[in-house]
Amino acid sequence: MIRKHGIKLTSVAILIAVLVAWEVLPTALDVPRFIIPTLSDSLAELQRMWANEGLLGHILSTALYTVLGFLIGSLLGAVMGYLLGMSKFWEKVLSPYILALQIAPKVAFAPLFIMWFGYNSMPKLLVTVLIVFFPVLVNVLQAMRTVDRDLVNLARAYNLTRLGIFWKVEMPSTVPNLMAGLRIASTLAVIGVTVGELVGGNTGLGYLISYGGGQANAAMVFNAIILLTVIGFLLYVVLERIEERVLHYLPKAHQ
Amino acid sequence: MALEFRNVSKSFATQGDGELLAVDDVSFRVEEGEFVSVVGPSGCGKSTILSMTAGLYQPTSGEVLVSNVPVTGPNSHVGFMLQKDLLLPWRNIIANIEFGLEARGVPKADRRARAMKELDHCQLSGFENHFPYQLSGGMRQRAALARTLSIDPEIILLDEPFSALDAQTKLLLQNSFAKTIKDAGKTTLLITHDLSEAVLMSDRILVLSERPGQVIAEIKVDLPHRDQPIRRRVLPEVGEYAAQLFKHLKLEEKAA
Repeated sequence: MIRKHGIKLTSVAILIAVLVAWEVLPTALDVPRFIIPTLSDSLAELQRMWANEGLLGHILSTALYTVLGFLIGSLLGAVMGYLLGMSKFWEKVLSPYILALQIAPKVAFAPLFIMWFGYNSMPKLLVTVLIVFFPVLVNVLQAMRTVDRDLVNLARAYNLTRLGIFWKVEMPSTVPNLMAGLRIASTLAVIGVTVGELVGGNTGLGYLISYGGGQANAAMVFNAIILLTVIGFLLYVVLERIEERVLHYLPKAHQ
Repeated sequence: MALEFRNVSKSFATQGDGELLAVDDVSFRVEEGEFVSVVGPSGCGKSTILSMTAGLYQPTSGEVLVSNVPVTGPNSHVGFMLQKDLLLPWRNIIANIEFGLEARGVPKADRRARAMKELDHCQLSGFENHFPYQLSGGMRQRAALARTLSIDPEIILLDEPFSALDAQTKLLLQNSFAKTIKDAGKTTLLITHDLSEAVLMSDRILVLSERPGQVIAEIKVDLPHRDQPIRRRVLPEVGEYAAQLFKHLKLEEKAA
């Protein structure tokens, strides 16, 4: 209990130290505010962005597409992972292509998507879906390959159908890996949306970064980055909570 | 008669083009309600015999019959248990025991009632809502036995179910398994490498040779207390039976 308290206290102390350094150091070292704005500069800019730039709309847009892209991408990745996991043949046939697509830098597709779909929300959604898809797919596929053969045999001996074995043995066995994949994917989703917004479009925090950058408004860029981090962080925390609930049956490593 | 192997051989394709003969022309019978153990050196095809009885794969030649019907695939006459308890970690104990009944169209209420009955037989009352990780190894194996019994199989196949347990738990669990199985009147085939376990629990012991596995001896254990291995254990004859097994397996020569 004391230990837990200590962790929290130290963590908060570090935050305060960083914030103080941020406020004091740039002025002390004579760094101009368009290079590194201080904490109070950034807060003032945040207020201005809220009032004049329609910040709330940008935040909501980015958050919406992060969540939407994450949901669609991980759903597709999981479904594909399970389908390939059920068929050795297709897994072998498709694995080189999957590997190639996984290696290809997904963010580089953004300009293509803009050429194809125009300056709307479609490109950023697609980049996010694409970037989220692979870690989920790979994790699910890996888990499907390593399902305990004896458990499957037991289910077979109990006359379960192929589909029954999937729903009652394979699918639940893969949930820990699926959740790990989702956690990785949640952090990537923010990157996907940001890239989509940076490259094209006129809404979202990614747009504010390129807009602020163009105006040499470093405080705006700082604020947008922090808000993007907060969005990703919240998504991650929600997933962690869900994981705790879903995987309650795993013994805790430390208690 | 409950189980019969008729001239059963099984070979597996190995990497490359070779073939590995695991079981060679094995014939034996197990009568209804009988408890038979199969012992032999590791790699002698004990588990192959079990898998063929469970219908997980077919013999290369010969026939496996359960209640005079050839085994052609996984079937509900046979329940098997391994060294691993194979409980589903995401299900609580009662749901695990019900698992075997789910593919059979037993209504939910009946499933629960049967599972509760077996839970009781295996002395796990009060643990129905626990999850596997909350139970000790011995309790988990008892839960696995309850799951096996709940499908009411004609034959129970035990593949070294006690080998992962510590010595004391093993004794207690052997005792509780022996009693539960005797009370249920189930025909049982126990695969084991523990010679004294075979003597303590069986009516009859089949000794297999090294690969390819062949039955080289059949020993009838003429001792009382099959349902209480702990009591059988103190009988002086137990040592003699173990010595016989020793001789058949040529363990002394190997040690020399």
